[in-house]
Amino acid sequence: MTAIPLGVPRRLVEFTIDGEEARVPEGSTVLDACRAAGKDIPTLCQGDTLTPKNACRVCMVEVEGSRTLVPACSRRAEPGMAVHTDTERARHSRKLVLELLASSVDLSTTPQVAGWIKEYEAKPDRFGPDAARLGEEPKVDNDLYVRDYDKCILCYKCVDACGEQWQNTFAISVAGRGFDARIAVEHDAPLTDSACVYCGNCIEVCPTGALSFKSEFDMRAAGTWDESQQTETTTVCAYCGVGCNLTLHVQDNEIVKVTSPHDNPVTHGNLCIKGRFGYQHVQNRD
Amino acid sequence: MRKRQSTKTYTRLTHPLVRDSRDEPLRRATWDEALERTARGLAAARGAFGMFSCARATNEMNYVAQKFARVVMGTNNVDSCNRTCHAPSVAGLSAAFGSGGGTSSYEEIEHTDVIVMWGSNARFAHPIFFQHVLKGIRNGARMYAVDPRRTSTAEWAESWLGLNVGTDIPMAHAIGREIIHAGLANEAFIERATSGFEEYRALVEPWTLSLAEKVTGVPAAAIRELAHAYARAERAQLCWTLGITEHHNGTDNVRALINLSLLTGHVGRYGAGLQPLRGQNNVQGGGDMGAIPNRLPGFQDILDADTRLKFESAWDTVIQPHYGLNLTEMFEAMEEGTLRAVYCIGENPAQSEADSGQAVRRLQALDFLVVQDIFLTKTAELADVVLPATAGWAETEGTTTNSERRVQRVRRAVTPPGEAREDIDIICDLAARLGHAWKYADAEAVWNELRSVSPDHYGMTYERLEEHQGIQWPCPSTERLEPAYLHGRLWETDPAKRGRLAPFGLVQHDPPVDLTDEEYPIRLTTGRRLDSYNTGVQSGGFASPLRRGEYVELCPEDAERYGVVVGEEVRVTSRRGSVVAPVWVDPALRPGLAFMTMHFPDEVDTNQLTIEANCPIAGTAEFKASAIRIEKLPVATIVR
Repeated sequence: MTAIPLGVPRRLVEFTIDGEEARVPEGSTVLDACRAAGKDIPTLCQGDTLTPKNACRVCMVEVEGSRTLVPACSRRAEPGMAVHTDTERARHSRKLVLELLASSVDLSTTPQVAGWIKEYEAKPDRFGPDAARLGEEPKVDNDLYVRDYDKCILCYKCVDACGEQWQNTFAISVAGRGFDARIAVEHDAPLTDSACVYCGNCIEVCPTGALSFKSEFDMRAAGTWDESQQTETTTVCAYCGVGCNLTLHVQDNEIVKVTSPHDNPVTHGNLCIKGRFGYQHVQNRD
Repeated sequence: MRKRQSTKTYTRLTHPLVRDSRDEPLRRATWDEALERTARGLAAARGAFGMFSCARATNEMNYVAQKFARVVMGTNNVDSCNRTCHAPSVAGLSAAFGSGGGTSSYEEIEHTDVIVMWGSNARFAHPIFFQHVLKGIRNGARMYAVDPRRTSTAEWAESWLGLNVGTDIPMAHAIGREIIHAGLANEAFIERATSGFEEYRALVEPWTLSLAEKVTGVPAAAIRELAHAYARAERAQLCWTLGITEHHNGTDNVRALINLSLLTGHVGRYGAGLQPLRGQNNVQGGGDMGAIPNRLPGFQDILDADTRLKFESAWDTVIQPHYGLNLTEMFEAMEEGTLRAVYCIGENPAQSEADSGQAVRRLQALDFLVVQDIFLTKTAELADVVLPATAGWAETEGTTTNSERRVQRVRRAVTPPGEAREDIDIICDLAARLGHAWKYADAEAVWNELRSVSPDHYGMTYERLEEHQGIQWPCPSTERLEPAYLHGRLWETDPAKRGRLAPFGLVQHDPPVDLTDEEYPIRLTTGRRLDSYNTGVQSGGFASPLRRGEYVELCPEDAERYGVVVGEEVRVTSRRGSVVAPVWVDPALRPGLAFMTMHFPDEVDTNQLTIEANCPIAGTAEFKASAIRIEKLPVATIVR
């Protein structure tokens, strides 16, 4: 008997990516295979702990014989398929998607996106400045986290993390249709009147900073947020006996935010309000 | 709704404090002065010394703390706050299986068929464990909640069994009897792996479903359904928390639950097991490290001569061949005057003990009290010397052990404030002043010493802990990993490999000590809320939007009967004390049942109400069952 359940053995699927041989276990996605092969495919709505939602469309790749481009994050690898990640058509699609997103949404706190915009020569400004921006002030209605709708790309990751995939609190959902669609708590009430339990698992998965820690939001506003000055140290939560792993982000000897490793067997990247926000006591130093 | 007033926020201790005499206030001191006084105070109390170790600090610190008690002070009087929560689980599990840990892993509950959450509001108290439960439910498992309150955990249950407080044993026995009578007992397992079944059968025979209905208040059909679901399941998990253990007969409660797993063979297999959910980050590890009065590091029995010999040669000392006093007994010994000095590390017994008024009186009567903490807690305010320590989880290197026995690394992320020093460093300095020069280069050196004396931890090098994101004990080899569940041996066909048979616990129903009567008609039970923690010293530091302070929670019917409304302050009185608290109305409660927490003792000291009726085996107090009455305040005091 082995200590770690190995599960049913999985066959390897053989196919090609950009003409090179690729072998991945059955059930893997094209994105998994591309990343294993060291190819950089941009993604926004894809989350390593979530089921793909296919919302953002920046990871599109070309598959020979397919009428349309396919989303790498959710398309499973099939034997014999020929994937092309860098064709004119795929690059053009990514460029257009980035232009549409970056013109309508504030991507200033989205990691890596500036590099992609440059790489794909996207010109979000060609639709005019602030083409379809919401122009809303960030919602600061509690001391723990801030919602900035100008930065929301409607990727649904927060809805899935709050809902049936992890937290099962169902405090947030999508309201409205089409251009009016937005992430909302019931009746668009303040968070403090909602079912929210402040676990922050939505912040953990938010790709753009639309949901952010109040500590980070305040420091950015004050111009003191500096990730190059931050250390990340993984330790164990000091509250109950479940033993959740916390990654403490520390700047100038202050804990400025708390995340959890997504591959951790205890947490899978999730925490509760105490683990996520209950660190202040150690730095009440005077 | 009343807007919550901000309560006391604790700030970090940055330098040692001493008191020149009992009536003088604490004043700042140098480390040298504080440690010298401590050394003198402890040396004077040799033979009358007790160590309160810390279930919040690292394994390494607990190892050194118990070694200090045993080697420097020559006593086994070492214990921690596990006594106030899960000591009965450890006692019950080790009586049945010879090992005090939960038998299963979190991941297994995602792949089980039936989950019983008994006396556990894990949705609030252990939220990330409950995410594993929810995965299990989404994978098709049926969950049953046994709890006097219809908690947020019960909201996810197939069926909620809202039993009367303190009737867990009748419920468990009735389930056992129903399983036997329905022919659902796992006879092959009982025959091969257990002992005492005939006596158990006779013991539970009187507990018919209808008698159980009468005693527990739960409909017979619901008890029957749970019994059949549990017994028929291919794999089942039985989880419990303090609703089982914080009773004057907590160990008996635990044994009654373990009996059900023995009856059905739901232990020692993947997906089938027993899971006590521990309440502090390292309460499992503290016990594993020997910071309990009856076990040496590695959970090895002090009464075993060979074990003692091993430690005596490793530590070059003589180990007392008898059990020390547990936390509860140490408090009693203070009363008798046989315990004169206490070294209290990271604990707040002045607020966490049941009948807190009595605990404070006893601490005040000591000859010498030294408190080592990161805050000036209510306990520290009573001390002769206060030593500023570091926060284990964020300011030191080391390991902690979680509820699934997983040893995980904690790491230093921030620099401690002022002159605060690491616990191990302080203890070693004191040991040196008392004639024992211990040299540990770092936490890893302590850990490696522990590995050399504890076979269950031998295979866990820091390097491997890092590589595997924590390893579950037992881990005797540096090459292999053991199965993530315990007691697979019970299923071996070879009797030699099967080892000691697991005995059924022959335990009798014994209702709560604090009886309800005409004067005290309401049953008060206690628990945790989602965003707060224990005495609130730690969780009071952040601004939770959910926090509304302390309330006495009543059901709508009782609120109407007493003519009280939400937010109205009432007097809550038990046979031991009286507090004023505002009312909250919660439809999850039933007539005659009230609920409070202990998170805001500076506002409402709930533990003035609770009873110090202790489990004779494990020493845990009956926090879950007090008798109270509610009185409306005279009108004049309501108007402010």
